[in-house]
Amino acid sequence: MLRIENISKTFNPGTVNEKTALNHLSLHLQPGDFASIIGSNGAGKSTLLNAIAGGFTVDAGAIILDGSDITFTPDHRRSVVIGRLFQDPLRGTAPSMTIEENLALAYLRSTEEKTHPFSRIRRKDKEFFAEKLKLLGMGLEDRMRQPVGLLSGGQRQALTLLMATLVTPKLLLLDEHTAALDPGTAEKVLELTRTIVAEHRITCLMVTHNMKQALELGSRTLMMAEGNIVLDVSGQERAGMTVDDLLRRFRAGTGHDLDNDRILLSD
Amino acid sequence: MGSILLISQTALELGFQYALVAMALFLSYRILDIADLTTDGSFVLGAAVSVTVTAAGHPVLAIPAAMLAGVCAGFVTAFLQTRMGVPSILAGIITNTGLYTVNLMAMGWKSSASLMKKETVFTLAKGLFPGVPFWGQWYELILSAAVTLLAGVLLYLFLGTRLGLSIRATGDNRDMVRASSVNPTFTITVGLCLANALTALSGGVVGQYQRTVDMGSGTGIVVIGLACLIIGETVVGRRGMGRGVIAVVVGSIIYRFIYAIVFYTKVVPVDCLKLLTAAVVALAIAAPTIKAGAGLQKRKLAAGRKGGR
Repeated sequence: MLRIENISKTFNPGTVNEKTALNHLSLHLQPGDFASIIGSNGAGKSTLLNAIAGGFTVDAGAIILDGSDITFTPDHRRSVVIGRLFQDPLRGTAPSMTIEENLALAYLRSTEEKTHPFSRIRRKDKEFFAEKLKLLGMGLEDRMRQPVGLLSGGQRQALTLLMATLVTPKLLLLDEHTAALDPGTAEKVLELTRTIVAEHRITCLMVTHNMKQALELGSRTLMMAEGNIVLDVSGQERAGMTVDDLLRRFRAGTGHDLDNDRILLSD
Repeated sequence: MGSILLISQTALELGFQYALVAMALFLSYRILDIADLTTDGSFVLGAAVSVTVTAAGHPVLAIPAAMLAGVCAGFVTAFLQTRMGVPSILAGIITNTGLYTVNLMAMGWKSSASLMKKETVFTLAKGLFPGVPFWGQWYELILSAAVTLLAGVLLYLFLGTRLGLSIRATGDNRDMVRASSVNPTFTITVGLCLANALTALSGGVVGQYQRTVDMGSGTGIVVIGLACLIIGETVVGRRGMGRGVIAVVVGSIIYRFIYAIVFYTKVVPVDCLKLLTAAVVALAIAAPTIKAGAGLQKRKLAAGRKGGR
């Protein structure tokens, strides 16, 4: 589904702030793969997601999604087939617009139903949105005409998840999307993620700082260091793995301990 | 008594006509979150094109021509800021400066132009219902109100369409617009073209109404428009697009009544009005910061009394 071939990215080249964020990185994801990425601070996890989403163009290499080369495609075009959630729950929604208007915007990605720029939200669309909102179990279907700014962070993140998958994407990018939520809400959003991704068999790439989550959730665990993937476990090997095993493998692969303050502080 | 009626009538007429500028700022400043300084030049551009085309004998054609000229001005500003990386305020100032020459050109290289006894949309409207009582007295107000209300209804309907929603989201959260497969460059361009079309429409109507246009007629119109927007939002409220569109019309009418009162009672010299307007707008926009600062001072004082630092 996703083929990343040897991509590199250096920020601020030729200055004292020069930073090689991605260093000849390659990654292949099969359709339906759910891979989680963990790694040190500044290992390039978010940069990788940003490169795939089109926040910048890579210096070298190619990104191929479902057979088409998107290396130079602008981000708003890539978003037709790529859904994305950020750590900040405020980044995915427009606060002064209503829930229903936000969903209508997300629905613009739909290619099956050619939508006229001057068309309005129809009753049929509203019913479809309400039906989808019900699945979140947060009672948002009764608040569709309220501005999104009135929702809590968790509700907004759940709504963003719904918006990103309203039109099933070929690839879903999750950038620590539960990290800013309180533990209860985080669990709920994670559960929703699991359900929605499984239901539509969406290929998914998730950055997390929670080692346990990285082993439990999905089908593959990747570890990054210095702009490359240093560990890639799946299947049988992954099934019996503990967090300690993972840390040991990381040390063996890179020659030093995993250095991520948030990983060490979380359980 | 008769003169008060006449003064009110004029204030209403001007209120409706200039409300289109406030409507343009509602779109660019409030919705897109862009301070569009093209406004001053666009207003004169609309008036100049309208008066020139009217002088050539096409008063009705003059209105869409003025709007089209406004679209072009808006496009230049949008192009500079979305494609060329010019900061948005500077983009407006650059276009505005360039428009000075364009406006002179549109008036035949003179600093003002006027319509002596030419037919305008207003004289055409007057001849529409010659037999109807009061029509001869009210046609200017009715035509001005009709144009503005029609523009307001169309703008309101437009903001509910998918393109309108995309424009609203652009000012709210640009990342989210990109994530919805919409190019913010496109939505900003459409928004600014539309806003400047409204400003130029205002200029076009005012030009034919006053039968004259001069280079200075647009000076400070962006601040006056903002004042109308702020007054309207204070009176009518801010929630919802419909309320926003109504607010600018109400705000503009209130502003013109204040203007008329100052003009006739001379409580302050009329020449001071621009300074007053500027002060009111600056204060209104600074209000949240002033409030926050005052809150902090209060807490500091309270802490000081308890012996804290």
